[in-house]
Amino acid sequence: MIQTLAFYLFATMVIASGAVTILARNPVHSVLWLILAFFNAAGLMVLVGAEFIAMLLVIVYVGAVAVLFLFVVMMLDIDFAELRAGFVKNFPLGLLLAVVLFVELFVGLIVRSAGPMKLGTPDGAAMTGVGQSNIEAIGALLYGKYLFLFEASGIILLVAMIGAIVLTHRQRSDTRGQNVSRQNARRPEEATRNVKPEVGQGVVL
Amino acid sequence: MIGIEHYVVVSSILFVLGVLGIFLNRKNVIVILMAIELILLSVNLNLVAFSAFLHDLTGQIFAMFVLTVAAGEAAIGLAILVIYFRGRGSIAVDDVNRMKG
Repeated sequence: MIQTLAFYLFATMVIASGAVTILARNPVHSVLWLILAFFNAAGLMVLVGAEFIAMLLVIVYVGAVAVLFLFVVMMLDIDFAELRAGFVKNFPLGLLLAVVLFVELFVGLIVRSAGPMKLGTPDGAAMTGVGQSNIEAIGALLYGKYLFLFEASGIILLVAMIGAIVLTHRQRSDTRGQNVSRQNARRPEEATRNVKPEVGQGVVL
Repeated sequence: MIGIEHYVVVSSILFVLGVLGIFLNRKNVIVILMAIELILLSVNLNLVAFSAFLHDLTGQIFAMFVLTVAAGEAAIGLAILVIYFRGRGSIAVDDVNRMKG
């Protein structure tokens, strides 16, 4: 009973906050609603016993991606009212497409309840063992059967990181940065000179 | 009693909301990126629900890979957005026609 209640709570909240995310006037509010949607989706995942993915969702999305979005939204100085100009114009077409999509997905679900197609049976290779927690089972699978895919996803993240840095990094000519190697290579002989000025003659600089 | 159907309905509504978001905010790249995140979230929800339903953890592993790709995509997308804004002073998608093929 309590599971049903929790499911409906999380499901309602995730759908409502997803709707407000795309309808909000201010993108900062959109990001905050997106965070709420992620939290509720994580709740839905916990309900089916996938606690590792749920925690990953909270950490990766709320901790990294949503904060990245917030940074970018607040860094750019944009007139957001102007960007919403086509909102009303696009509304009918978008709604039509959304309804068509949803009806199609729903028809698929109804057809499935008439009798599922037999695509195959789980071979049991990826089942949670008896007395094994979700994290243990995922770890065993991830570092065993899917090790190379795991490494590949690490490479994807590395490429994304380097790409983002290369794209946004710029050499600015109007700032004077510190050049450490030049500082270290500087010797006293080339930086100073000894002069013996005569009294009353002044010095040449 | 909550079954797999409930989860599929929730994730399909979320998916449709994401598609609708792309259509409604056609000018604002930031909200479009957020709508894509919503779509990927619905996919993840679906994968996890079916993984629990079939007692097969492969779905959760796959959801993790989707998460990885989504994070990389958000980082690259926002970086492109920042350099685009630096060059043009706006992020309206309609103006993105510099690379006419």
